[in-house]
Amino acid sequence: MTERKGLRVQMNRIGIAAGLTLGAVALAACSSSSSKGSDSSTAPAGGSSSSAAATACFSGSLKGEGSTAQKNAIEQWITDYQTKCTGATVNYNATGSGAGVTQFTGKQVDFAGSDSALDPTKGEVAAAQTACGSPAYDLPMVTGPIAVAFKVKGVDKLTLTPSLIAKIFLGKITTWNDPAIAAANSGVTLPATKISVFFRSDASGTTQNFEKYLAAAAPSDYTDTPSKSWTGKVGSGKKGSDGVQQGVSGTDGGIGYMEWSFAQNGNLGVAQVDNGGGAVELTAASAAKAVESAKVTGTGGDLTMKLDYATKAPGAYPLILVTYEIVCSKYADASKGTAVKDFLSYIAGDGQTGLTDLGYAPLPDTIATQVKASIAKIS
Amino acid sequence: MTDQESRDREHARARAEREATHGSDTPDDYANADPNGVGPIPSSSALTTPDPADATISGSGVGAFGGRGKVRIGDKVFRYLTAGAGMFVCILITLVAVFLLAKAIPSIANDKVNFFTSRTWLVSGSTLQFGIVDLLWTTVLSSVFAMLLAVPVAIGIALFITQYAPRQLARPVAFVVDLLAAIPSIVYGVFGITVFAPKLHGIIDFLNRYLGWIPLFKKQISDPGTVFAGGIILAIMILPIITAIAREVFERTPRENVEAAWALGATRWEMVRLSVLPYGKPGVISGAMLGLGRALGETIAITLILVAPPSGAPFSPSLFYGGETFASKIANAAAEFNNPTQTGAYIAAGLVLFVLTFAVNAAARIVVNRRREFS
Amino acid sequence: MTAAAPTTLAGSSKGGVRAFKNTLATVLVTAAFGIALIPLVWLLWTVLSKGLKTITQSGWWTSSQRNITYRKPGGGVWHAILGTAEQVLLCTLISVPIALLVGIYLIEYGGGRLAKLTSFMVDILTGIPSIVAALFIYAVFITTFHGQRAGIYVSLALVMLMVPVIVRTTEEMLKLVPNELREASYALGVPKWKTIVKIVVPTAFSGIVTGIMLGIARVAGETAPLLILVGYSPDTNSNLLSGFQGSLPGMIYAQVPQLGNIRYHYAADRMWGSALTLIIIVMALNLVARLVARRSKVSN
Repeated sequence: MTERKGLRVQMNRIGIAAGLTLGAVALAACSSSSSKGSDSSTAPAGGSSSSAAATACFSGSLKGEGSTAQKNAIEQWITDYQTKCTGATVNYNATGSGAGVTQFTGKQVDFAGSDSALDPTKGEVAAAQTACGSPAYDLPMVTGPIAVAFKVKGVDKLTLTPSLIAKIFLGKITTWNDPAIAAANSGVTLPATKISVFFRSDASGTTQNFEKYLAAAAPSDYTDTPSKSWTGKVGSGKKGSDGVQQGVSGTDGGIGYMEWSFAQNGNLGVAQVDNGGGAVELTAASAAKAVESAKVTGTGGDLTMKLDYATKAPGAYPLILVTYEIVCSKYADASKGTAVKDFLSYIAGDGQTGLTDLGYAPLPDTIATQVKASIAKIS
Repeated sequence: MTDQESRDREHARARAEREATHGSDTPDDYANADPNGVGPIPSSSALTTPDPADATISGSGVGAFGGRGKVRIGDKVFRYLTAGAGMFVCILITLVAVFLLAKAIPSIANDKVNFFTSRTWLVSGSTLQFGIVDLLWTTVLSSVFAMLLAVPVAIGIALFITQYAPRQLARPVAFVVDLLAAIPSIVYGVFGITVFAPKLHGIIDFLNRYLGWIPLFKKQISDPGTVFAGGIILAIMILPIITAIAREVFERTPRENVEAAWALGATRWEMVRLSVLPYGKPGVISGAMLGLGRALGETIAITLILVAPPSGAPFSPSLFYGGETFASKIANAAAEFNNPTQTGAYIAAGLVLFVLTFAVNAAARIVVNRRREFS
Repeated sequence: MTAAAPTTLAGSSKGGVRAFKNTLATVLVTAAFGIALIPLVWLLWTVLSKGLKTITQSGWWTSSQRNITYRKPGGGVWHAILGTAEQVLLCTLISVPIALLVGIYLIEYGGGRLAKLTSFMVDILTGIPSIVAALFIYAVFITTFHGQRAGIYVSLALVMLMVPVIVRTTEEMLKLVPNELREASYALGVPKWKTIVKIVVPTAFSGIVTGIMLGIARVAGETAPLLILVGYSPDTNSNLLSGFQGSLPGMIYAQVPQLGNIRYHYAADRMWGSALTLIIIVMALNLVARLVARRSKVSN
């Protein structure tokens, strides 16, 4: 066990050598997993006896569909859960948040994964209630930080303000040595390379959250209405975060937004974000800190959250999305209710550890407690 | 004498022997005979030069169909069966058309810009604004480019396999081309964007340097995801379809035509030009149309390869530019189809593709039908 | 086939221009073939070299992807082979009779108004993108009839893609059956339907088999209907009628997001491995079909 942990720290060191300052990540990963005694990612079968006993196992199968932003997290949860509960099968189809909600309200799946809560103005709340025969809950399950990833020769540390991000992505700043960028990055030698912007060509909750962030934190520079499709007037559109990742890593001077794990796994530089409270590096801890400043606006068991993108709290990385599982509060088929309850209980509990290495941040304790309380109400 | 003919002679002899040993078979056996019994007829010269073996067959054959009334019922049933299948396809397409129209019309009616001439595509806001010009251009450009590349090469390969190459070489070549048909389109996409497209920079720069004054060849982006790259990948994708059909029809050029050409003292090329190509033309056109249909509607490979220009970017007719096709536009949005009017805009794009394919195929049909008659 | 054809004679006994043209044509045809070979071999080599080590791993052909993530090696492709085989088999069973009958109708009973209409309809069918076919099936069977998504609906969507390929090929092959054959058969008193079933179709059999193989190759790698109509499952599910189902294209698609991953290469390996697996299976089918076709064509 310790040997494996050692390996992982070493792996993160390679990251440092390559120009990424992931030291804090490594530390966070160590401290979070040391308290549990088991790392779900590297030793799923060897879970400690206490946590295995606590896992309630259903038998049968569950179907979920939706957000691609939570794909890696939920696949890990499924693998770990199925390893503990050999009689259970959970399938998750990562097709996109909108598709997930559509399939959920169309009674095609037992739960949906979505980057945004059900929207009452589009009638989604009502549709879900009709499908369930009971109110549906939006349960935040994991925080997915969005990285502003870049690849510029000779630059491995970059700080951007919301205004700079907006100006770069809207094409108002076109070279890396622009005085505005230089002003926020004293001590960094910026080349005269042209900035190549990459955005998502497919509709995505990641784009929507990125735009929401810009609209909230840089309202004078970004004036569009946030939507799932990118509406900027410059750059190149690529399918999926993997497409954006390929685009940025293949272009000197490239910059793009993507889920954190894609920046980590593609070995790209990640910009620090300065919302006004000082430059904040993207770590699991700093992302979790930003969630703490979010407010729960849902009522009853519903836990819809309102993120404070403009937060100036020191040490909080503000560019995040919270991804939800959308479930019925009462399932027509009681065995489905038990299954959903068992699986989500695992996610909200033991499942929260080991997420950092996957590019996610766990829920802060205050939120996690509320989530567990809501899960307990599911039947 | 060619191999083929000597083989035919052998069949004829073998059949004669078979007939001799099984001469006492009941007439019904002919009707139920497996296809092997009739197989040799097409390639055999026996039809033009009567052969004792065939005489035996016809002798027993006539006896088999004494009951004429029964035969007519069989004919009727079979005719209705085939017509029914035809009708089924018609109904299916009508249903698809109804589906597309029903979904598309409300959205087109709410479209705040001209559906056919606008370049805007904003459907996520409260008002719908969408037009298809850009999609139409990219779809047509990439597919036509792919056709221009693939059709001559496919004809070349099919000729090479059927007319030029020695048998030992023809077999493996045919096999390799068949292999390509088996590669899933998503793999073409991944190969295209990660392996193939980045290697095209040299060619693009070369063409841009010498032909850059033509808008079609003006380099617009440095990203590898160009229509040029997408078109070449599409060409590789449709190559096996066109080649397979061209090969089949070239192989079936009647021997009389080929030998007549040889007898006139034609060179190999003249033989091909006089007998093989005219004979195979409708088949090749059909194959090309199947390929074009595939290219126009190709979804996943093109979505992965083509880089999407930002909204509001100036129009560029260049091959060295990105773009979105009808199919890739739909695929890119499919994950978020949860609003009927918004979805309708994309379905409307699908409808145009539907009509476009129809028009192209109709044109090809007219060309093919000019020589409908059998050999 | 025409090995005796005297290319050398062309130079000596025929005019210089004609000989030159002949040589030029030979060069061009060979060049077309040579040019085409570059991307073909490149692509095949890429898939082969990247996929071979994965498909030779132990357990690749027998296990599923249950409990495997992009950070873990191992697992297999059995669940995907099973799903794809079931979906494509059902699709073929539905498509082939329909397509053969339509092809026969168009060529042997063609000329009427319905035949012309059908011919146009088949043309349109060739141009329906897979994603539109999938959305159509979804609208009919799932939105309207409230079905639960399942493998069977994928088969139905694939039918729409497979039918036009087979019809078009069948048509071309039937057209090439010499009319003398039909006439000879009628002259012998054989009714039309029997002439078609026993003589025309068997004569065109190898060409029709080519069409069926093209159809299978066309649909076996199709991704869009899978995403919309069933959902990918890494577990083995042999039930076409319920639940998410594994499939080879679905498995490939599920690995794509991790292709740019520098830290873990397992997903990329699996992607090329499953692509190679799909190619091998379709090719094996192709070989068997061609063998059958040749057997029935050249009897002994």
